[in-house]
This record gives sequence, structure tokens and C-alpha cells, in this order.
Amino acid sequence: METVLFYLFAALAVAGALLVVIHKNPVSSAVSLVLTLFSTAVLFVLLSAHFIAAIQILVYAGAIMVLFLFTVMFLNLKPGALNFDSKNMAFKGSLLLAGLFFVGYFAILAYSKTFPEGSAAALPEGFGTVEGVGKTLFTDYLLPFELTSVLILAAIIGVVAIAKRRES
Amino acid sequence: MSGIAPEHFFVLSAILFVIGAFGVIARKNLIIVLMSLELMLNAANLAFIAFSRIHADMTGHIFMIMSITVAAAEVAVGLALVVAVYSHRDSLDIDILRMLKG
Repeated sequence: METVLFYLFAALAVAGALLVVIHKNPVSSAVSLVLTLFSTAVLFVLLSAHFIAAIQILVYAGAIMVLFLFTVMFLNLKPGALNFDSKNMAFKGSLLLAGLFFVGYFAILAYSKTFPEGSAAALPEGFGTVEGVGKTLFTDYLLPFELTSVLILAAIIGVVAIAKRRES
Repeated sequence: MSGIAPEHFFVLSAILFVIGAFGVIARKNLIIVLMSLELMLNAANLAFIAFSRIHADMTGHIFMIMSITVAAAEVAVGLALVVAVYSHRDSLDIDILRMLKG
């Protein structure tokens, strides 16, 4: 059952990712990106990270995608602005694809030798629940959590400064 | 994940990351480039959660939450830049931005 779910949603995630890259229209790309993020959320549930899966759907598929779609519609793009240079893409992309994939794949294979086959440590009580994540976040990682607010404040100020209409 | 070897998640993560990197390099539309960046971040998050599960340690979950925060901030700033570029140049073609002279 778990294996079937894994392969189904892994295939959906890869298909959505390919559609994001290949599609000509940014709105279609955004919807395909939602498909990928949703499938990844299901994979997080398979990894018993329930709270993270909920966060993924709320923040990524909710907030970030709405921001993307809003911008695409706000700009009212002309069809001419969506060009897609297939010759250039085939050259640079395939080179990078082959290189990165094989480096990554062999790094993973080399690392996975340190695991016993298919093993995973026994889960502690409350792994991946809201309570477990919250306890870790607000005890061991309290300082990084608080520093995040500085990052978000900087982002807010930056966005307002960049996007505001200039005089003249 | 009793039936699924952890390597499968890493391979999937590598595939998603490579597709995202492909989009960042090959596409000419600024908005699609930002979406491909999100794909790459998402692939990294998947690897974080998989490692977290293997070691039965929740540190990976915390990293994932931080990574989502950074992604949200990055998208907000990136889309503000997209809007600024579009109002300046009337186009989202990356090649137009070779000369960053304001």
C-alpha cells in the first residue's frame, strides 16, 4: 500500500515539475506547481511528518501560489512576453541535466551504503505531530525561530521599497 | 515507510532538483524561473524530511519550517522585483536584463 502510494505521488510530482518547466503559459505552470507541492505533501505524510505536510499545503500551495497567480494576472502579460527558446534550452538544459543528475545520484548511492538496507530508527513518541514539532521549535530552536521574524520584517520592507510606484 | 527504502526519496529529490535547475537555466521568463527555484527548494525539503525520518530526529522538520519561511520571503521579494522590471521594460525576458543600469 505504502509503496503504491509512493510511486503514484512520486510520478505525479515529477510530472507536475516537468509541466512547470515545459509549459508556455505562466498560469498553467503555476497550477502544475501546485500539483507537485501537493504530491510532495503526501510524501511527507508517508514519512510520518504530518504537521509538515499541513504546513506545506497551507504555506506553499496556499499563500505562495496565490502570490504567483496574483502577480501573473496583475501584470496582464501579452502573449509576446512568453517566449521559449527551444534550441538554446535543449543545449544548456540537457548538459546540466545529465551532469547534475549523475553527480547527485552517485553521491546518494555512496551515502546510502552507510544505511542497513531499508532500515529506519524506531520513532519516538509524538514524532512529526504538532506537539512534537512545537516542543522542538520552542525549546532547542527558539533563537532561530525568533530571528526568522527579522528576516520577514526585512522582506516586508524590501518589497514595499521595491514595488512602490516611483514619481516621474 | 516500512516498505519504502529511504534511497527512493533521495532519488526523487534529486530528480525534482534537477528539473528545477533545468528550468532556472533554460527558461527565459522571469516568473517561470522563480517557480523553478521553488521546485528546487521543495526538493531540498523532501530530502530534509527523509533524513529526519531515517534518523528519527525532528531537527529536519525545524529546518524545513525555516526553509519555507525563507522561500516565502524570497518569493515576495522576487515577485516585487518582477513587477518593478515589468513596469520598467514592459517585458519579462531575462535577456533584456543583461544591462543592469537602472
